[in-house]
Amino acid sequence: MSIHGESTAITHLPGGAGAAALLSAGFGVFALSVLAIIADQSPAFKKTMIFYLPTGPLSGVTTIAVALWIVSWIGLDLLWRRSNSKGWAITIGVALLAIGFLLMIPPVGDIF
Amino acid sequence: MEITSRSLWTFVHGMGFGALYLLACSGLLVEFHRCFIARTDSVALGDSPFLKWYLMAMSFFAWLAVLTGTYIVYPWYRATPSAGTTDLTAFPQKLLMSHATTAGWHEMGMEWKEHVAWLVPIAITMATGVVTRYGQDLRNHPRLRSAVLAVVLFSFVSAGLAGFWGAMINKYAPVSGGSTVTLMKGDAH
Repeated sequence: MSIHGESTAITHLPGGAGAAALLSAGFGVFALSVLAIIADQSPAFKKTMIFYLPTGPLSGVTTIAVALWIVSWIGLDLLWRRSNSKGWAITIGVALLAIGFLLMIPPVGDIF
Repeated sequence: MEITSRSLWTFVHGMGFGALYLLACSGLLVEFHRCFIARTDSVALGDSPFLKWYLMAMSFFAWLAVLTGTYIVYPWYRATPSAGTTDLTAFPQKLLMSHATTAGWHEMGMEWKEHVAWLVPIAITMATGVVTRYGQDLRNHPRLRSAVLAVVLFSFVSAGLAGFWGAMINKYAPVSGGSTVTLMKGDAH
């Protein structure tokens, strides 16, 4: 296809890689909120989350959540990159992200 | 005109990286709409490298904002004074918690901010990955495209919340101290 003298090739990629990115991002955010709630409720867990003393348990909570997000993204991408779109995974990914966002609001997180 | 090193870092974290991210969000939403949603005859729009570089820059700023906030500014905010300290101005968290009228800025504001801010780099890095990989082909994946846009909106709201709480907390209990940086010399009147 030529537009303004430039040729462009449209590559049709399967949707699996996109679904993997969405689901893992939702999982990462959800994991972050759950880890923060557990650290808030359990003094023992809170202590184990102190990876960097000046920052306190926030350092461990965020490091583990980011690690879970990256590992799940790589893993799901390897599994799904040649698969067609997984609508359910996209929906669950956005839902997990939304739930994680809500759980981060202190009065909501304090319910648990 | 002087500023303390801690205030300068807080400024770089919030007004530098954080505010730049927020400013870039509105531009991203317009560019995302132009490339993937708006009806246009030019199918080459989505393959423009501009959006990919723009997203990469936003991801870079988002990571810098949370990393400087978590590992440079936050330790000063939550520092614990030695026993018997009565002047809490160098210990913002303790200063806020020492009064019933300001404790909420920490219990609600900082507790929310310190976690919701981390949603931002995760969300925008994901969006960068998807747009970089799919480019123009994202037009052929409407569900994925809508989901990425929704996540970008979540990152926008989260960054706004983190910025709002940060600004308000710094108003009532500013992070200060450290060495003094002289920015300009003026005449006293």
